[in-house]
Parts: sequence; C-alpha cells; structure tokens
Amino acid sequence: MNRTEAVLQDVVIKFAGDSGDGMQLTGQQFTNNTALMGIDLATFPDFPAEIRAPQGTLPGVSGFQLHFSSDRIYTPGDLCDVLVAMNAAALKVNLKALKHGGKIIANVEGFDTKNLRLANYAEGVNPLEDGSLEGYELIKVDVTKLTREALKEFPELGMKEKDRAKNMFVLGFLYWMYNRSLENTISFLNEKFGKKEVILNSNIKVLQAGYNYGDTTETFTTRYRVEKAKLPAGRYRNIMGNQSLALGLIAAADKSGLPLFLGTYPITPASDILHELSKHKSFNIRTFQAEDEIAGITSAIGASYGGSLGVTTTSGPGMALKAEAMGLAVMLEIPLVIVNVQRGGPSTGLPTKTEQSDLLQAYYGRNGECPMPVISASTPSDCFAAAYEAVRIAVQHMTPVILLSDGYIANGAEPWKFPVAEDLDPIAVSFKTQLGFDEHKFMPYLRDEKLVRPWAVPGTPGLEHRIGGIEKQNITGNVSYDPENHQLMVKIRQEKVDKVADYIPDQQLDSGPAKGKVLVLGWGSTYGAIKSAVLELQAHGHAVSHAHLRYLRPFPKNLGDILRNFEHILIPELNNGQLIKIIRDQFLVDAKGYHKIMGVPITKTELVEVIKKLV
Amino acid sequence: MSTTTATHPQTLTAKDFATDQEVRWCPGCGDYSILAQVQKVMPGIGVPKENIVFISGIGCSSRFPYYMNTYGMHSIHGRATAIASGLKAARPELSVWIVTGDGDSLSIGGNHTIHLLRRNFDVNVLLFNNQIYGLTKGQYSPTSEQQKVTKSTPYGSIDHPFNPLALAMGADATFIARSMDRDPKHLQEMLTRSHQHRGASFLEIYQNCNIFNDGAFEVFTDKSSKAEETVFLEQGKPLVFSNQQKGLRFDGLKPVVVNLADGYSADDLWIHDEQDFYKAQILIRMFDDARVEGHFPRPFGVFYETARACYEDALRLQIEETIAVKGKGNLDKLLRGNEVWEIA
Ligand code: SF4
Repeated sequence: MNRTEAVLQDVVIKFAGDSGDGMQLTGQQFTNNTALMGIDLATFPDFPAEIRAPQGTLPGVSGFQLHFSSDRIYTPGDLCDVLVAMNAAALKVNLKALKHGGKIIANVEGFDTKNLRLANYAEGVNPLEDGSLEGYELIKVDVTKLTREALKEFPELGMKEKDRAKNMFVLGFLYWMYNRSLENTISFLNEKFGKKEVILNSNIKVLQAGYNYGDTTETFTTRYRVEKAKLPAGRYRNIMGNQSLALGLIAAADKSGLPLFLGTYPITPASDILHELSKHKSFNIRTFQAEDEIAGITSAIGASYGGSLGVTTTSGPGMALKAEAMGLAVMLEIPLVIVNVQRGGPSTGLPTKTEQSDLLQAYYGRNGECPMPVISASTPSDCFAAAYEAVRIAVQHMTPVILLSDGYIANGAEPWKFPVAEDLDPIAVSFKTQLGFDEHKFMPYLRDEKLVRPWAVPGTPGLEHRIGGIEKQNITGNVSYDPENHQLMVKIRQEKVDKVADYIPDQQLDSGPAKGKVLVLGWGSTYGAIKSAVLELQAHGHAVSHAHLRYLRPFPKNLGDILRNFEHILIPELNNGQLIKIIRDQFLVDAKGYHKIMGVPITKTELVEVIKKLV
Repeated sequence: MSTTTATHPQTLTAKDFATDQEVRWCPGCGDYSILAQVQKVMPGIGVPKENIVFISGIGCSSRFPYYMNTYGMHSIHGRATAIASGLKAARPELSVWIVTGDGDSLSIGGNHTIHLLRRNFDVNVLLFNNQIYGLTKGQYSPTSEQQKVTKSTPYGSIDHPFNPLALAMGADATFIARSMDRDPKHLQEMLTRSHQHRGASFLEIYQNCNIFNDGAFEVFTDKSSKAEETVFLEQGKPLVFSNQQKGLRFDGLKPVVVNLADGYSADDLWIHDEQDFYKAQILIRMFDDARVEGHFPRPFGVFYETARACYEDALRLQIEETIAVKGKGNLDKLLRGNEVWEIA
C-alpha cells in the first residue's frame, strides 16, 4: 500500500472523553512515550469537578491536552491539531479549541442517540453525519466494536470489562499514526496488571489491535513523525508539578540532614504531594494525614519545634484555615514550609481549575503584622527548585515560608533535566546545642546578623525554654505586654523577612533587552504563555522583555531598577489583579494588568494581542 | 505514658522544675495546686528534664508551660493536642504533656482531642476542667451544667454538657482517669499513672475557678460531703464510699448503692477492674447531678487502661521496615525516576 510519511514540527493533541473513559491515563501514556523520544512537550489535564459526573454529560468530560514539538515549547498549546472525542459531549465541549482543518478522531458508538441526547444535541442531529464538521478532517472509528472484536478470544471477560480497554485501542491507533513504539506502554501495563494475567493480555491485545488498525486500514495513508527537540544536552525525565515539588522537598531534607515531616489534609489539587511523599518512607519521611487543615499545619509546627523539617500542603480553602497557625509559626520563629497549590476561589470555588488568586492572601491574609517570605514555582519541573529554595529560606532564616504553585503546573508535565544529587547546593542548618562560654542562661530570641534566632530543640540539656504565641520580650523570649517592646518586635520580624533579600539572587530578565518599551512581568504558572508570546513578538522584531518572579516576598533587591528601565510594565495574572497591587504599592510604577479569571491558563495568542497594544 | 528512662537519673527536686516567671493565676485558683503536684511528680518519673515538653493551648490553664522549667510551648487555642501529635511523631523519645482546659480541648479543640486519643500517641493530656471560661471572664463552657447563669447565659445555659470521660471512651482512649486539685496525694498518684501508661493518657482534673465558678466541685472536695459524694477507685478493690459504710454492686447490669450495714460483704460488691472495658463504660456514666435525689457518688481514679500500639511507634516501624527491605533512600535514584532519555 502506498504510504507517505510527513514530518511535523509541532502537534497538539487533546484526548477527551467521559471521566470513566481513561483519557488521563491515555494522555499520560502518550506523554511518556513522547518524552522518551526526546521530543519537547507540555501537558494540561482538565478534570471535571465531580469524580463521576453523570456519564455522557457535558460536565462529565475529562480532557488531557498534550503539546509536543521538535522545537522548544513552553505551553500545552492554545488550539489543538487533533481532537480525540470518545463521545458526543467530548466533541461538543472541545470543538472550539480545535484548529480549522484539524483532525477529529471520533468513537462512533459515543455518538448514539443516548449520547447525543446527553450532550444536548437537538433531536435527530448527529454532528458526525450532518456535515457540520466539514471544515475538519473527520476520522470515524468504531472503537467499541473493534475493541470487542479484538477480545473475542477472552470469553472470561464480561462486556463491561472488554469495553474498559477502549482507550488502549485509541492509544494504539495514535501510536501508529505518530510512528511510535508500543514498548513503554506494554511495560507500564505489565507493571500495573502483572498479576492479573487476563487483564494484562487483553489490554496489550487491544493496544496492538489499535496499532494494526492504522496499519491495515487503507483509509489512512499518512503517518507523522516529530523529530527530537534540540534541548540542552543531558539526561531527562518526564515530570509533573506536584511530583517535582515533592522531590524538591525530599532533596532539600536530604541535603539539610533534617527528617521531613508532612502534616496535611487531603485537598484538590494538592493531594498528590501527600501521595508522593507517603511512598518514600526509605528517606525517613513521616507523612501525617491529619484530622483537618489546622492539625495539618500545627502538627508540622510541632515537628519543626522538635527539629524536623515541618511541611504542610494545601490549597486556598485550607490556607484560610491555617492562617492562625501561620501566625503562631511567625511568633515562634521556627522553620516551616506551607505549600499552596492554588485553585479557583473563593470558598470551594473551582476545585479542579487553576487560578493565581491567593497571592494577596499569602502576603497579607493573617491577623496582626505577620510577614513571611513568599516564593512561587513557574513550571512543572520548576516546582523542584522552588521547593528546594523554600526549605533553604525556612531553615536558614528560621521562618515559615509560603510556596505558591497552582493546579495548572501541579498536574501539567514536561521534560526535566534532572539534577545529580551531588550538584545540589548544600543547605547548612545549625542547631544550638549548648550555652556559649559567656552565656549564663539561654536567650531564645537573641539574634544573629540575619536577625535569626537559634533553633534549640527539646532533648538539649541546659537549653530548656518556653516559647509561645504571646508577644515575646526581645532577646529573653519572656511574655511581654510592654508597648515599646511590641513595636520593636513587630519591626524586627519585618526586618528579618526583608533581610532575606540579601540572601537571594538578583532578578534576571528571562528574555529581551534590559531597557526599553515593554516589560512583561509575571509570576508562577503564566511563565510558559508569557515566554512564548514574548519570544514570538521578539522574532517579529518587537522590543519586548520578560521577567518572571520566583521571589515574591521579599522581592529581589534590583527589581525596582529593572522596572524603571521600561516605559510600560504589563503584569498578566490569573486573578483580578494581585501582583500588580503589590508592585504599584512598593515601586510606585504605573503597571498595567491583564486579568484572566476563567479557571484556565492564559494562552500565548491572547497575550500576543495584549502586548501588541503596548509596543 | 512511659518514655526512655534516664541512664543517669538526675537528683532533682520540685524546685528544679519551677521557673523564674511570676505565676499569674488569681490567688486561690486551683491551678496552683496542680502546678505544685506536677512539679513534685516530675523528679520521680525517671525522664531527664531536657526530654520533657509541656504544650498548652489557650486559657487560664494554658499558662502552665511558662511555670515549668522544661521545654514548653504556649500555643494557640485548641491546638496543643495537634502540635503535640506532630512533635511526638517526630520525636518519640520525648515525654510530652498537654495542658488544656475544658474550652480548649472540648470546644475549639475537640476535634484534635478525639483524634489524638484514637491514634493513641504516647502523651499525657491533663484536662483542667473548671466548667467555665475563665480567661475570657466567665462564659459557660462545654462542661457547664444546664441552666447555669453566666455572662453569656443570663437566662441560664440551654447547652447539654459533655461528660469528658465518656467522650474519651468514645474516642477509644487507652487510659482514662479523674482527679481533683484539692486532693494532692491522689493527683500526684494519677499524674504518675498517666506518665506510666504507654499510650495517650486522658486525665481530667477538677479545678476550682474561684473567680468565675467558685465551688463547682465543692461537694466532691469539701470535707463535709466528700465521703458521701465520691468513690475512689482502686484496682482489685470493692467500690466502697461514705467511710466504708456504703458500696456499689450490680443488680443485673445496673449499678446500685447498698448499705454495708444491710448485710452486704465485700464479696457482694463491684470489684474495680481497670481493664474491664464494659464496667468502665458504666463507671464513666456515673455522672449524676449531685443535687438530684438518689444520685450516684462521683468516681475518681483510673477508670480504664488498656494496651494498644502507639501511633509514633507504628510510624517509625513502617520506616524501619521499608529501609530494611529497600535500603536507605537513594536521592539520585529517586531524581532519575524510571524512564530516562539522553540528549547529546
Ligand atoms: S479566672 Fe479562674 S481559672 Fe482563671 S486563673 Fe482566675 S481563678 Fe483560675
């Protein structure tokens, strides 16, 4: 048969189906396969809020978007080239994100009368049949029938069990279409179903059937290939944000020699950090699934007080509940890392959707004058470095630190040039172990040049002392209601956090000239979109620069100088304008904002338009 | 609770456990006695002073750590139990004492209390029950009796009060005891028993707040009524009270008060057995209002003690077993993951 092979540079596939169709797994498998080919990639899973929303309905659609390219890429892509639609609802929800002329791979059985009705198509209308998809390349595959056929020789499987393997058919077909090997998925299936032979063999069989279907059916005449990306040399793996954040914590605990204690309560989208950490007991990690958010943070405070690296993980609603305990940690001046994987708010808000709307809460959301360092992660793999840095600041500055991630990077994946343990900067920690020769009594609030007080943990003879949430007398730590002392202590706690700026790197520009017309200033998960938009505009000769903040409190000392070098400052955020308030407040610059509060990331395309208006 | 004993027992006295901080409770407050008994007991428990930690929440009683020359934390309202959980999980060798009040541990911190008990951390909970909010100047608490007139209940409280020991039993506490501020010897004994128990010890201490709720426990503590209104529990001994004149016996499953003069001997009476799960529940429910005719005396002592694995031990065991099987974690292996590709 006459087959052609086309080389593509850049592909965006969206896998969409009912939340029970296994689209997340299919997407992840294709992602891992892509990663192992050395192709650059970025992913964006898009879950429904309900675990099992009514089958076949629009709210029940679960999606997984994968962008892969032989070029460097930084976002999961704005529009898709290929849409896999396992049912009518999946098509309806995602069609607007498909490029004109894009491919639709539709599971025919998912467009029966019942599914069409559930997806709110008018009586008698079937988009696969009525010509409405003319502008696209429609590939109709009877996945259910073909899957069942492939499993003819598995009489021990019921119809329901057979149908469960549908996603493997689609995966196999796509592997054929993009010239991939089935190897990594077969070994994944082996690991997953190793002991359940029938399930294992049936899944492999269907996977192969999908592949062979592409191979033998004459309608498909073109296969595609995306070449290896020109990534910097090195060893890579694929990683998701929450996982890389967990690894960052483990690495930092290892490098600081502190046992890691996680006190937490399950909450979307942060729970995967708990899941990951609870797997690694061989690193002497204690994970404690507490009775509530408050016990999550307070147990971590207890562990830190005892000399562990105390960590608590949560999302917005949990942050609200932890606020009082954060204040305690500020008063106690002990190390603590508070991870907020942000989601849409307020209240329960949009639990499975992304947002950056907890920055002001992280900055100001506590009673009293209660400063603490705030840092942020900007991509899935960057969560590693951000977590590592959060730990360093916490233990070296004896302070709670807030680390902001969000649902988008938490669940997104990308290739990661992972570090070698030896190359990670050591994190020096010192405990006070005895009184100095000139000391008669331990002074728990005597400070060093960083304004940091000593960490003296229970079990140390001669350093018995009491601390607490009531205002401390300077130096002695005794309870004090003295007005002058309170003013002094408030100022000291602020200055201590401000001083962190002396121990962090200067702000760098991500790209663009150091002086000029427009600076796009971002933080967190908008990194990929801003970077892509700015690079595109630069390629078209526009003078645009991009700076992305890791350190939000305190800011790097040179940030003001950078800001003053530009005519316009644009701050895109997934909120109603939060960083922009702080920047205007601290630097008195006339920054402009771009605010998207739709639960989804900013796209490159929209950002290009926004920036264009300024250049 | 029991912890590692000192290899070189320090010869300390109660004075070594006092701090230079001025004690700030109201004169006459029951807290003074409790502090004195705790300081007396500490030198004898066989734990080096530096390994002892007192953690409290908020309330009058929660000032306690400032007066103990050990490690200590005066934390936030209701959370001492949760902080202690984290500390004990991280540092099992420490002797951890939680000082809390009826508002702190049963109202704002009720959730942490029950979860600490069910997990059975090897810590001691000292619940100073004064049936009132003292620090906020006199509102009713979750243990205040119904109809109580306080600042926040001018028409009388309509809240049904907690029976703290029944709550502890419901949460599967492994050591449940009651004592009072005005019986120093008994209190010392109960503190020692709490320390000796391996697991979460729940000791309720009736504490008089002479400012906002004076005399709340007077019937149990006053010489004139104590004998009649209290029954002191002793392992293996019959339940007798009223100067050995009365006793408790079972009529089927129901406890009844009998006069020993009516021909009952010790053999007819209820013999106290701390390990008896079912009897403990009945004993704990002897919680009558002393003003009501025909009420039972209020029991004091150890109601129940049982052995169950402690959370921190199980946690440590999982780590040790994993390391025994897989070896110590290798950071490079972890960072590398399972699927790696190389770009030249
Ligand atoms: S208010 Fe009551 S409980 Fe508080 S210190 Fe005074 S007497 Fe004691």
